[in-house]
Amino acid sequence: MEDVIVIEPGRHERNYWSDLWRYRELFRVLAWRDLAVRYKQTVIGVAWAVIRPLLTVVVFTVIFGRIAKLPSDGDAPYPLMVFAGMLPWTFFATGLSEASNSLVNNANLISKVYFPRLIVPTATVIVAFVDFLITFAMLALLMAWYRFLPSWRMLVLPGFVVLAFVTSMGPALWITALNVKYRDFRYVIPFIAQFGLYVSPVGFSSIVVPEEWRLLYSMNPMVGVIDGFRWCILGGQAQLYPPGFAASVLVAGFFLWFGIHRFRSTEKSFADLI
Amino acid sequence: MSDAIITVENLSKKYLVGHQSGNQSRSNYTALRDVIGRQIRNVARKTVDVVRGRQVVQGDEVEEFWALKDVSFEVKQGEVLGIIGRNGAGKSTLLKILSRITEPTRGRVTLRGRVASLLEVGTGFHPELTGRENIFLNGAILGMSRAEIRHKFDEIVAFADVERFLDTPVKRFSSGMYVRLAFAVAAHLEPEILVVDEVLAVGDTEFQRKCLGKMEEVSRNEGRTVLFVSHNLSAVAEMADRALLFDAGSVSMDGSVPEVVSLYLSKGRIEAQYVRVDGVDSLLPHVVRVEILTSEGNGVHRFGQPLELKFWIQHRQPMIHGCFCFQIVNQFQAPVIHSSYFHGDTFGHRPGSSVLVCRFPALLLNVGRFHLRTWLQEPPGGEIYETLDQICVFEVVRVDQTQFWGWRPEVCAYHDQHAWIAAEVTSYTNLAACRT
Repeated sequence: MEDVIVIEPGRHERNYWSDLWRYRELFRVLAWRDLAVRYKQTVIGVAWAVIRPLLTVVVFTVIFGRIAKLPSDGDAPYPLMVFAGMLPWTFFATGLSEASNSLVNNANLISKVYFPRLIVPTATVIVAFVDFLITFAMLALLMAWYRFLPSWRMLVLPGFVVLAFVTSMGPALWITALNVKYRDFRYVIPFIAQFGLYVSPVGFSSIVVPEEWRLLYSMNPMVGVIDGFRWCILGGQAQLYPPGFAASVLVAGFFLWFGIHRFRSTEKSFADLI
Repeated sequence: MSDAIITVENLSKKYLVGHQSGNQSRSNYTALRDVIGRQIRNVARKTVDVVRGRQVVQGDEVEEFWALKDVSFEVKQGEVLGIIGRNGAGKSTLLKILSRITEPTRGRVTLRGRVASLLEVGTGFHPELTGRENIFLNGAILGMSRAEIRHKFDEIVAFADVERFLDTPVKRFSSGMYVRLAFAVAAHLEPEILVVDEVLAVGDTEFQRKCLGKMEEVSRNEGRTVLFVSHNLSAVAEMADRALLFDAGSVSMDGSVPEVVSLYLSKGRIEAQYVRVDGVDSLLPHVVRVEILTSEGNGVHRFGQPLELKFWIQHRQPMIHGCFCFQIVNQFQAPVIHSSYFHGDTFGHRPGSSVLVCRFPALLLNVGRFHLRTWLQEPPGGEIYETLDQICVFEVVRVDQTQFWGWRPEVCAYHDQHAWIAAEVTSYTNLAACRT
């Protein structure tokens, strides 16, 4: 089997996607590397993965539930509602911030080895997904504590997980490609994460948003994801706003296409700029 | 043309280089007006660059630098191509383009096989991970599958000789161990085309020998195409079938290894020399300057060629029975040549200077690095005026491919002139009795 590869300026690799398949092991290896390194030489180790989300839930419940007295979805306990919103948000925020810096952090690989560069940011989102799974296990414990039984809607949850993945990949790819050329973007990400945390319905439910602003509000793709998660986890207690949800999905999809497109078009110059 | 596995046509690569204009001060001071003007121009230029989506280059002026200019060549399947040239000639840039790490500005490359490149040892090694984990990590990054790595794991560990420290984080390794492990993983790649960039220069002598041996095994026994860049000319002479000489971004020669290496060596300018800098006005006899005129210049000497050594000696105070000796010492600190000049009546009897020239019609030393030791003294037992050591380092190379293996410094001290005769012995009884 002879594969002929032609290298020319401005030529798009015809076999890029088959190359991605050929290098599929690298997804797992890079994600494993980041995870293995995290808790080396620590004492508590993996317990840190659990302590952080736990503390956030406590803080949010106290601030938004008791102090601000914002209403919960239906009869669901407030902490559960917050947690159900925080789960996808943490996945998104960690995925976005880590992926945006991933190329620059792996500069030594980018400048010395060939592999499809798309693997690098994707591997970081996989790492965020592993964190998501751990936090999800905590959610199960929390539901058991409140004796809150899950409904059939939980089966649709993987679909929303994929949506969360798509939502974080799109902007991440775009920003990481830009970050290689103009390092300013490194400072933009923490700001987006902070800002987004208060704007998205994490600490509160999106029912607080007035009807006429609902559609505009759903332009933030995370609104659709978080509402979807709440709809699944809290069963009949949370409502899904269909037009808003559709808007969020469209925006997420657009960003994914746009992100991949920008990434692919600037990929060839990464090694020169990094 | 049809069996060329790599075809490079008119390859060019351009980089943008920024310059600060304030440093070469054309006037003694920089006016505030100039500083502000320069800053405004910079911001304007950078804004235009960002809007156009171009790279932003730091500095006041931007210059185009062509790292590669119209490079064209072909490599056939199974060929071993050596690439040599001075630092900054564009060799690594070429390898980066062949490895698809960076894109050319012009031209094209056609590859008819999978390329594995080794541009650096230990790419991707993470200091926190153990040796074992890093083998899997590095192997995966270089393109080996997990099954392949597991299959070759024991070989890799044996080659690197780090069995005892497999489960220690790599940050605790000595630099030698690190390099051995890194190379061991890379040495077990099995690509169709192997591209190697100067990585053979690391490690101690024994390790270098192992690496070269492994490279040779890969190319000779398994018939793979190998492209490698090296400054070790003996390695190039030994392993390569053909060589390319790179000079300032273009190929100045493409041909057989001895020709290319000769051209490379002949581009030297400086003679290996020693010049005394302090105490030049001393009254005692001393050596002012030593010069070695090697056959290729630039401190490189071709085996078997004539060598000349010149010594300038100043003796304001005359010597009684002046004697000058020198030794040529090899890289193992063993003197291999010793010679003295002693002409009791004429050398250094009057105040002034003398020049001594020593000529070897054909230097038969083995390959390697050598330096000089000198003694300026009265005959043994008398006063020693001056001794010098570790001066005038020069290198002997041997580039004729009369053997199919290369010469290495540790093999022997020198090659004396001799001849072999072989005769057939017709019967066993004659052989036993050693009759020819």
